[in-house]
Amino acid sequence: LKFGIIRFPGSCDDIDAQLAASRVGEAVLLWHADHDLQRVDAVIVPGGFSYGDYLRAGAIARFAPIMQEVAEFARAGGLVLGICNGFQVLCEAGLLPGALLPNTSLKFIFRQVQLDVADPDTAFTNAAPAGRRLSIPVKHTTGRFYSPDPVDVVLRYAPGHNPNGSQDDIAGVRNEAGNVFGLMPHPEHAVDPLTGSTDGLTIFESMARTSSSLASPAGAGLGGDVDAGVPA
Amino acid sequence: MRARVLVRPKAGILDPQGQAVERALPALGFSGVSNVHVGRLIELDVDDPSQLPAMCDRLLSNPLIEDFEIVELAGASSIASSAGSSASGSASVGSELPGSH
Repeated sequence: LKFGIIRFPGSCDDIDAQLAASRVGEAVLLWHADHDLQRVDAVIVPGGFSYGDYLRAGAIARFAPIMQEVAEFARAGGLVLGICNGFQVLCEAGLLPGALLPNTSLKFIFRQVQLDVADPDTAFTNAAPAGRRLSIPVKHTTGRFYSPDPVDVVLRYAPGHNPNGSQDDIAGVRNEAGNVFGLMPHPEHAVDPLTGSTDGLTIFESMARTSSSLASPAGAGLGGDVDAGVPA
Repeated sequence: MRARVLVRPKAGILDPQGQAVERALPALGFSGVSNVHVGRLIELDVDDPSQLPAMCDRLLSNPLIEDFEIVELAGASSIASSAGSSASGSASVGSELPGSH
Protein backbone atom coordinates (compact mmCIF):
# COMPACT_ATOMS: atom_id res chain seq x y z
CA LEU A 1 0.00 0.00 0.00
CA LYS A 2 1.44 3.31 -1.08
CA PHE A 3 0.18 6.42 0.71
CA GLY A 4 0.56 9.92 -0.70
CA ILE A 5 0.52 12.78 1.83
CA ILE A 6 -0.21 16.18 0.35
CA ARG A 7 1.99 19.05 1.48
CA PHE A 8 0.46 22.51 1.12
CA PRO A 9 2.17 25.73 2.13
CA GLY A 10 1.20 25.81 5.80
CA SER A 11 0.80 22.06 6.33
CA CYS A 12 2.44 21.05 9.59
CA ASP A 13 1.36 17.47 10.25
CA ASP A 14 2.50 16.06 6.92
CA ILE A 15 5.63 14.44 8.36
CA ASP A 16 3.77 12.85 11.26
CA ALA A 17 1.19 11.53 8.78
CA GLN A 18 4.00 10.14 6.65
CA LEU A 19 5.59 8.46 9.66
CA ALA A 20 2.27 6.99 10.77
CA ALA A 21 1.40 5.73 7.29
CA SER A 22 4.88 4.23 6.92
CA ARG A 23 4.04 1.91 9.84
CA VAL A 24 1.66 0.05 7.54
CA GLY A 25 2.99 0.78 4.06
CA GLU A 26 5.03 3.04 1.84
CA ALA A 27 4.43 6.79 2.25
CA VAL A 28 5.50 9.63 -0.03
CA LEU A 29 4.91 13.38 0.09
CA LEU A 30 2.94 14.99 -2.73
CA TRP A 31 3.37 18.68 -3.59
CA HIS A 32 0.24 20.82 -3.74
CA ALA A 33 1.24 22.54 -6.99
CA ASP A 34 1.76 19.30 -8.91
CA HIS A 35 -0.85 17.48 -10.95
CA ASP A 36 0.63 14.10 -10.07
CA LEU A 37 -0.53 11.62 -7.44
CA GLN A 38 2.51 9.39 -8.19
CA ARG A 39 0.29 6.32 -8.55
CA VAL A 40 -0.45 6.13 -4.83
CA ASP A 41 -3.12 3.76 -3.48
CA ALA A 42 -4.40 6.19 -0.84
CA VAL A 43 -4.25 9.94 -0.32
CA ILE A 44 -3.90 11.71 3.04
CA VAL A 45 -4.75 15.39 3.33
CA PRO A 46 -2.88 16.30 6.53
CA GLY A 47 -3.38 18.80 9.32
CA GLY A 48 -1.98 22.28 9.50
CA PHE A 49 -2.90 25.69 8.19
CA SER A 50 -2.97 25.27 4.43
CA TYR A 51 -2.52 28.59 2.63
CA GLY A 52 -2.63 30.21 6.06
CA ASP A 53 -6.29 29.20 6.43
CA TYR A 54 -7.04 32.63 4.99
CA LEU A 55 -10.72 33.44 4.44
CA ARG A 56 -11.90 30.11 5.94
CA ALA A 57 -9.99 27.02 6.97
CA GLY A 58 -9.44 24.95 3.83
CA ALA A 59 -11.18 27.41 1.52
CA ILE A 60 -8.15 28.20 -0.62
CA ALA A 61 -6.40 24.84 -0.41
CA ARG A 62 -9.35 23.17 -2.09
CA PHE A 63 -8.36 25.01 -5.29
CA ALA A 64 -4.74 23.81 -5.15
CA PRO A 65 -3.72 22.18 -8.44
CA ILE A 66 -3.36 18.70 -6.94
CA MET A 67 -6.90 18.83 -5.54
CA GLN A 68 -8.22 18.26 -9.08
CA GLU A 69 -6.43 14.91 -9.10
CA VAL A 70 -7.60 14.15 -5.56
CA ALA A 71 -11.22 14.77 -6.58
CA GLU A 72 -10.87 12.47 -9.61
CA PHE A 73 -9.14 9.86 -7.45
CA ALA A 74 -11.98 10.03 -4.93
CA ARG A 75 -14.66 9.76 -7.60
CA ALA A 76 -12.92 6.67 -8.93
CA GLY A 77 -13.20 5.07 -5.49
CA GLY A 78 -9.69 5.76 -4.17
CA LEU A 79 -9.20 6.00 -0.41
CA VAL A 80 -8.87 9.59 0.82
CA LEU A 81 -8.25 10.46 4.48
CA GLY A 82 -8.52 14.05 5.69
CA ILE A 83 -7.16 14.88 9.14
CA CYS A 84 -8.11 18.13 10.89
CA ASN A 85 -7.22 20.81 8.32
CA GLY A 86 -7.45 18.02 5.74
CA PHE A 87 -11.01 17.35 6.90
CA GLN A 88 -11.77 21.07 6.48
CA VAL A 89 -10.26 21.01 2.97
CA LEU A 90 -12.33 17.97 1.94
CA CYS A 91 -15.53 19.60 3.24
CA GLU A 92 -14.76 22.81 1.37
CA ALA A 93 -14.07 20.75 -1.74
CA GLY A 94 -17.46 19.06 -1.47
CA LEU A 95 -15.84 15.62 -1.16
CA LEU A 96 -17.31 15.32 2.33
CA PRO A 97 -20.62 16.67 3.64
CA GLY A 98 -20.90 19.50 6.14
CA ALA A 99 -18.56 22.21 7.34
CA LEU A 100 -16.31 22.98 10.31
CA LEU A 101 -17.13 26.04 12.40
CA PRO A 102 -15.14 27.80 15.14
CA ASN A 103 -15.16 25.93 18.46
CA THR A 104 -17.99 27.03 20.73
CA SER A 105 -15.36 28.15 23.24
CA LEU A 106 -13.60 30.21 20.52
CA LYS A 107 -10.39 28.78 21.96
CA PHE A 108 -7.66 26.63 20.51
CA ILE A 109 -7.98 23.24 22.17
CA PHE A 110 -5.24 20.65 22.51
CA ARG A 111 -6.04 17.56 24.51
CA GLN A 112 -6.46 13.82 24.41
CA VAL A 113 -10.08 12.77 23.73
CA GLN A 114 -11.91 9.48 23.88
CA LEU A 115 -13.68 8.44 20.70
CA ASP A 116 -16.44 5.94 20.05
CA VAL A 117 -16.35 4.15 16.73
CA ALA A 118 -19.87 4.80 15.45
CA ASP A 119 -19.34 2.65 12.37
CA PRO A 120 -16.78 -0.19 12.63
CA ASP A 121 -17.44 -1.41 9.10
CA THR A 122 -15.90 1.41 7.11
CA ALA A 123 -12.75 1.33 5.04
CA PHE A 124 -11.08 3.41 7.76
CA THR A 125 -12.27 1.64 10.93
CA ASN A 126 -12.55 -2.05 10.01
CA ALA A 127 -9.46 -2.86 12.10
CA ALA A 128 -10.83 -1.15 15.21
CA PRO A 129 -11.10 -3.45 18.23
CA ALA A 130 -14.78 -4.19 18.86
CA GLY A 131 -16.30 -2.00 21.52
CA ARG A 132 -13.04 -0.31 22.52
CA ARG A 133 -12.71 3.42 22.72
CA LEU A 134 -9.92 5.15 20.91
CA SER A 135 -7.72 7.64 22.72
CA ILE A 136 -6.50 10.21 20.18
CA PRO A 137 -5.52 13.89 20.56
CA VAL A 138 -7.34 16.87 19.08
CA LYS A 139 -5.75 20.27 18.44
CA HIS A 140 -7.80 22.84 16.61
CA THR A 141 -9.73 26.10 16.77
CA THR A 142 -12.23 25.33 14.00
CA GLY A 143 -13.57 21.86 14.67
CA ARG A 144 -17.27 22.23 15.35
CA PHE A 145 -18.84 19.98 12.73
CA TYR A 146 -22.13 21.15 11.28
CA SER A 147 -24.35 19.74 8.58
CA PRO A 148 -27.94 20.69 7.80
CA ASP A 149 -28.46 17.22 6.34
CA PRO A 150 -27.98 13.73 7.82
CA VAL A 151 -24.43 12.40 7.43
CA ASP A 152 -22.66 9.05 7.72
CA VAL A 153 -20.95 9.30 11.10
CA VAL A 154 -17.82 7.21 11.60
CA LEU A 155 -16.43 8.56 14.89
CA ARG A 156 -18.08 10.34 17.80
CA TYR A 157 -16.55 12.02 20.83
CA ALA A 158 -17.38 9.83 23.80
CA PRO A 159 -20.03 11.30 26.14
CA GLY A 160 -18.48 14.24 27.96
CA HIS A 161 -15.54 14.47 25.55
CA ASN A 162 -16.99 16.78 22.89
CA PRO A 163 -14.31 19.50 22.88
CA ASN A 164 -15.77 21.92 20.36
CA GLY A 165 -19.58 21.86 20.37
CA SER A 166 -19.71 19.57 17.36
CA GLN A 167 -23.22 18.58 16.23
CA ASP A 168 -24.25 15.18 17.70
CA ASP A 169 -20.70 14.75 19.08
CA ILE A 170 -19.49 14.09 15.55
CA ALA A 171 -15.71 13.67 15.28
CA GLY A 172 -15.46 12.06 11.85
CA VAL A 173 -17.68 11.44 8.81
CA ARG A 174 -17.44 9.58 5.53
CA ASN A 175 -18.88 10.24 2.11
CA GLU A 176 -21.80 8.23 0.81
CA ALA A 177 -19.58 5.89 -1.19
CA GLY A 178 -17.46 5.19 1.88
CA ASN A 179 -14.05 5.89 0.35
CA VAL A 180 -13.51 9.42 1.70
CA PHE A 181 -13.17 9.99 5.44
CA GLY A 182 -12.43 13.10 7.46
CA LEU A 183 -11.88 13.56 11.19
CA MET A 184 -10.79 16.34 13.51
CA PRO A 185 -8.73 14.17 15.92
CA HIS A 186 -5.16 13.33 14.89
CA PRO A 187 -4.60 9.57 14.55
CA GLU A 188 -1.11 10.28 13.18
CA HIS A 189 -0.13 11.69 16.58
CA ALA A 190 -1.18 8.48 18.36
CA VAL A 191 0.95 5.76 16.80
CA ASP A 192 3.70 5.35 19.39
CA PRO A 193 3.63 4.50 23.11
CA LEU A 194 6.04 7.40 23.63
CA THR A 195 3.18 9.86 23.12
CA GLY A 196 0.69 7.97 25.26
CA SER A 197 -1.46 6.04 22.80
CA THR A 198 -1.18 3.88 19.72
CA ASP A 199 -4.92 3.90 19.00
CA GLY A 200 -4.46 6.09 15.95
CA LEU A 201 -2.75 3.23 14.14
CA THR A 202 -6.19 1.62 13.79
CA ILE A 203 -7.11 4.11 11.08
CA PHE A 204 -4.01 3.36 8.99
CA GLU A 205 -4.26 -0.39 9.58
CA SER A 206 -7.88 -0.31 8.45
CA MET A 207 -6.89 1.46 5.25
CA ALA A 208 -4.20 -1.15 4.62
CA ARG A 209 -6.69 -3.95 5.25
CA THR A 210 -9.23 -2.32 2.93
CA SER A 211 -6.66 -1.76 0.24
CA SER A 212 -5.52 -5.38 0.27
CA SER A 213 -9.10 -6.64 0.07
CA LEU A 214 -9.72 -4.27 -2.86
CA ALA A 215 -6.63 -5.57 -4.62
CA SER A 216 -7.74 -9.18 -4.26
CA PRO A 217 -10.03 -10.69 -6.92
CA ALA A 218 -12.84 -10.86 -4.37
CA GLY A 219 -12.66 -7.07 -4.08
CA ALA A 220 -15.34 -4.97 -2.43
CA GLY A 221 -13.96 -3.97 0.93
CA LEU A 222 -15.46 -0.51 1.27
CA GLY A 223 -18.25 0.37 3.63
CA GLY A 224 -20.45 1.80 0.91
CA ASP A 225 -21.22 1.06 -2.70
CA VAL A 226 -18.36 2.58 -4.60
CA ASP A 227 -19.75 1.41 -7.92
CA ALA A 228 -22.65 3.76 -7.40
CA GLY A 229 -20.00 6.34 -8.00
CA VAL A 230 -19.92 10.07 -7.64
CA PRO A 231 -20.71 11.62 -4.29
CA ALA A 232 -23.08 14.55 -4.55
CA MET B 1 -16.15 48.87 -10.09
CA ARG B 2 -15.65 48.82 -6.35
CA ALA B 3 -17.76 46.25 -4.54
CA ARG B 4 -18.27 45.18 -0.99
CA VAL B 5 -19.24 41.66 0.02
CA LEU B 6 -20.80 41.10 3.42
CA VAL B 7 -20.65 37.57 4.76
CA ARG B 8 -22.76 36.56 7.74
CA PRO B 9 -23.27 33.35 9.68
CA LYS B 10 -26.53 31.76 8.57
CA ALA B 11 -29.49 32.32 10.83
CA GLY B 12 -29.90 29.48 13.29
CA ILE B 13 -26.24 28.49 13.37
CA LEU B 14 -24.61 29.12 16.73
CA ASP B 15 -22.44 32.24 16.51
CA PRO B 16 -20.17 32.21 19.56
CA GLN B 17 -18.34 35.34 18.38
CA GLY B 18 -21.58 37.28 18.30
CA GLN B 19 -22.49 35.93 21.73
CA ALA B 20 -19.12 36.90 23.17
CA VAL B 21 -19.50 40.46 21.88
CA GLU B 22 -23.07 40.62 23.16
CA ARG B 23 -21.91 39.59 26.63
CA ALA B 24 -19.01 42.04 26.57
CA LEU B 25 -21.04 45.18 25.81
CA PRO B 26 -23.02 45.25 29.09
CA ALA B 27 -19.73 44.87 30.96
CA LEU B 28 -18.78 48.25 29.49
CA GLY B 29 -22.07 49.81 30.48
CA PHE B 30 -23.85 49.49 27.12
CA SER B 31 -27.29 48.06 27.75
CA GLY B 32 -30.16 47.00 25.53
CA VAL B 33 -28.02 45.23 22.94
CA SER B 34 -29.19 41.92 21.50
CA ASN B 35 -28.92 39.72 18.40
CA VAL B 36 -25.24 40.49 17.85
CA HIS B 37 -23.64 38.60 14.97
CA VAL B 38 -20.11 38.82 13.69
CA GLY B 39 -19.39 38.31 10.01
CA ARG B 40 -16.77 39.20 7.44
CA LEU B 41 -16.30 42.16 5.11
CA ILE B 42 -14.56 41.79 1.74
CA GLU B 43 -13.94 44.78 -0.51
CA LEU B 44 -12.71 44.39 -4.04
CA ASP B 45 -12.34 46.08 -7.41
CA VAL B 46 -13.93 43.99 -10.12
CA ASP B 47 -14.17 44.52 -13.87
CA ASP B 48 -17.30 42.43 -14.32
CA PRO B 49 -19.63 42.71 -11.32
CA SER B 50 -21.93 40.06 -12.81
CA GLN B 51 -19.31 37.53 -11.71
CA LEU B 52 -19.64 38.51 -8.06
CA PRO B 53 -22.43 36.06 -7.11
CA ALA B 54 -20.40 33.15 -8.51
CA MET B 55 -17.32 34.35 -6.62
CA CYS B 56 -19.37 34.42 -3.43
CA ASP B 57 -20.79 30.94 -4.02
CA ARG B 58 -17.48 29.33 -4.85
CA LEU B 59 -14.96 31.06 -2.60
CA LEU B 60 -15.89 34.21 -0.70
CA SER B 61 -18.57 32.45 1.35
CA ASN B 62 -19.46 28.87 2.23
CA PRO B 63 -23.18 28.70 1.32
CA LEU B 64 -23.70 25.87 3.78
CA ILE B 65 -22.95 28.05 6.80
CA GLU B 66 -22.96 31.64 5.55
CA ASP B 67 -25.14 34.14 3.73
CA PHE B 68 -23.58 36.78 1.54
CA GLU B 69 -24.68 40.18 0.34
CA ILE B 70 -23.09 42.15 -2.48
CA VAL B 71 -23.02 45.94 -2.38
CA GLU B 72 -21.80 47.81 -5.46
CA LEU B 73 -20.25 50.91 -3.99
CA ALA B 74 -20.10 52.95 -7.22
CA GLY B 75 -23.67 52.14 -8.18
CA ALA B 76 -24.91 52.55 -4.60
CA SER B 77 -27.14 49.53 -4.74
CA SER B 78 -27.20 45.97 -3.62
CA ILE B 79 -27.24 43.65 -6.61
CA ALA B 80 -27.52 40.28 -4.99
CA SER B 81 -28.03 38.66 -1.67
CA SER B 82 -28.16 35.04 -0.72
CA ALA B 83 -30.20 35.93 2.35
CA GLY B 84 -32.88 37.71 0.35
CA SER B 85 -34.38 40.15 2.79
CA SER B 86 -31.54 42.53 3.46
CA ALA B 87 -31.08 44.17 0.07
CA SER B 88 -32.96 47.35 0.91
CA GLY B 89 -30.88 47.96 4.02
CA SER B 90 -27.64 47.71 2.15
CA ALA B 91 -28.60 50.28 -0.51
CA SER B 92 -28.23 53.02 2.04
CA VAL B 93 -24.85 51.68 3.04
CA GLY B 94 -23.73 52.11 -0.54
CA SER B 95 -25.15 55.60 -0.95
CA GLU B 96 -23.21 56.84 2.03
CA LEU B 97 -20.00 56.11 0.19
CA PRO B 98 -20.51 57.60 -3.29
CA GLY B 99 -16.89 58.61 -3.66
CA SER B 100 -15.39 55.21 -2.97
CA HIS B 101 -13.21 54.37 -5.89
